[in-house]
Amino acid sequence: MPEYPSIVFAGTTDGGAVTDMGEYQRAGGFSALRKARAMAPDDVIAELDASGLRGRGGAFFPTGRKWSFVPKPEQLQKPHYLVVNADESEPGSFKDREIMLRVPFRFLEGCLIAAHGIQSQHVFVYIRGEYEREFEILRDALEAIRKAELLGGVTVVIHRGAGAYICGEETALLESLEGKRGQPRTKPPFPAIAGLYAAPTAVNNVESITTVTPVLEMGGAEYAKLGVENSSGTRVFSLSGDVANPGNYELPHGISMRELVYDIGGGVPNGRELKAIIPGGSSTSVLSAAEIDVKMDFTSLVAAGTSIGSAGVIVIDDRCCMVQLGIRVSQFYEHESCGKCTPCRVGTKWVTQILQKIEDGRAAQADLDLLLSVCDRIMGKCLCPLGDSDAIAVLSYVDKFREEYQAHIDLGRCPFDGDSSLEGILAPADQHAHHGHAHV
Amino acid sequence: MTISSEVQKLKKRYPDSLSAVMPALRLAQEANGGWLSPDAIREVADELDLTPAYCLSIASFYDQYYLEPVGRTRVEVCTNVSCGLAGAQQVVEAFERELGVAAGSTSDDGAFTLGTIECLGGCGWATVVAIDNRHRLRVRADDVAGIVEELRA
Repeated sequence: MPEYPSIVFAGTTDGGAVTDMGEYQRAGGFSALRKARAMAPDDVIAELDASGLRGRGGAFFPTGRKWSFVPKPEQLQKPHYLVVNADESEPGSFKDREIMLRVPFRFLEGCLIAAHGIQSQHVFVYIRGEYEREFEILRDALEAIRKAELLGGVTVVIHRGAGAYICGEETALLESLEGKRGQPRTKPPFPAIAGLYAAPTAVNNVESITTVTPVLEMGGAEYAKLGVENSSGTRVFSLSGDVANPGNYELPHGISMRELVYDIGGGVPNGRELKAIIPGGSSTSVLSAAEIDVKMDFTSLVAAGTSIGSAGVIVIDDRCCMVQLGIRVSQFYEHESCGKCTPCRVGTKWVTQILQKIEDGRAAQADLDLLLSVCDRIMGKCLCPLGDSDAIAVLSYVDKFREEYQAHIDLGRCPFDGDSSLEGILAPADQHAHHGHAHV
Repeated sequence: MTISSEVQKLKKRYPDSLSAVMPALRLAQEANGGWLSPDAIREVADELDLTPAYCLSIASFYDQYYLEPVGRTRVEVCTNVSCGLAGAQQVVEAFERELGVAAGSTSDDGAFTLGTIECLGGCGWATVVAIDNRHRLRVRADDVAGIVEELRA
């Protein structure tokens, strides 16, 4: 197996962390910030453009271009903002968490470089409420930076969410940060023009911002040599599910799924067979085992009919019933729907219910058509991609595993006969109706 | 315990004091035994010059604000896909047995609230169990008796 460069996690060894300011500085920490601050802000943006860095949160939008959309201070009457999206909540994705735990200074240095790039004095980091330890690490690292007088007049506020997947959507995040319910806004205007407090705002993911630091250290052109065309650099892949060695792995874009799952992840354990792979978090289309040789980059995954998303790879072996997988995924989106758009609010519930009917063996042939029809009525008809995510995922399960769905209808029961790996899994949305072992 | 001075400090962190409503609700919840009673919500509203109804509309939107009393210890098991594949349901059932309480409810003595929770962002370290928002990783059903013994000690 080849040795791959460590870019995001540079400076750490064997899964270790650098949470001490002195240690970080002795290893050259904050040299990228000093370099950036000696440059004109537009030159910082030019380095990002040259790096080819594209957003790691899921939308893959070029980071430098996003920053260039933010108006210049002389054009503005009021402050403008950098907001970092640390609301990582996509099932299958757990990379931002490890970045904040292991390289908090590298992340915060990236925040300060980005603030310089867009000439903002105000940074907000919106971190999901479930990340208690990560919040404490960031808070302490920020305090150390403040004491070392490296903030350079920039205020950084760490704002904690309180349990809402939708707040990972950038406009919902901004609403939440303003003290409102986390419901997405109509776009346009985009946040770069009217974001936080209706002021221009760059919203970037944790991994994107952390990568800004090495881009400045090594130079954009050098960074762009890593990875493949349209997908430069490294990516922190989150590997989970039915795989021998789950965890986060920083690898260059363009490696094959086979290498990730087998050479690095150790393959499917317990002598089971690979059945399916979700490549970029639960909102991306599933791949069948036969598609294992796909390359892990933006263009290759689009060509395969799916998406690199947040690079959260979930491996699924042959014990898993794909109808049960659909139910569990759909329950999640139904639970997390903010309720603003009817197709999502109602449609995700319908999708779950039809899937449950199929799983229970109560479905007629027409129910499968109805399922596809409901998905079609969600797709592209809402303000944000949450409802689409449910539809995309479920449609792909039916598309790739149609025979299994058909078997449920033909047999009038689940062909797994109670032996599926997701059998009986209790979703939060269902637990109040659950009468398990109460007061045993 | 009053949260007044803390909330006033929070207000100064933001260009608009409305942004302080989420951290203020968190403070009020922590000061009120882990849940937001009508009085706790009113206190936040008064500090921020908002109506209780507005504060309730925020509290009811986010899963981590509890609008009913909770046990002294909260146990939340992630049952999303990756944890599910790793046996999260067996972990839930083990906690139900060991704590004597059904998922989604609080034990009669008020010691524990057990629940399932959506993805905690620890898919590679499944099953993830949050105990008072602190994550235990790679929990297996066999580990549960020991965890409960530790929590009861």
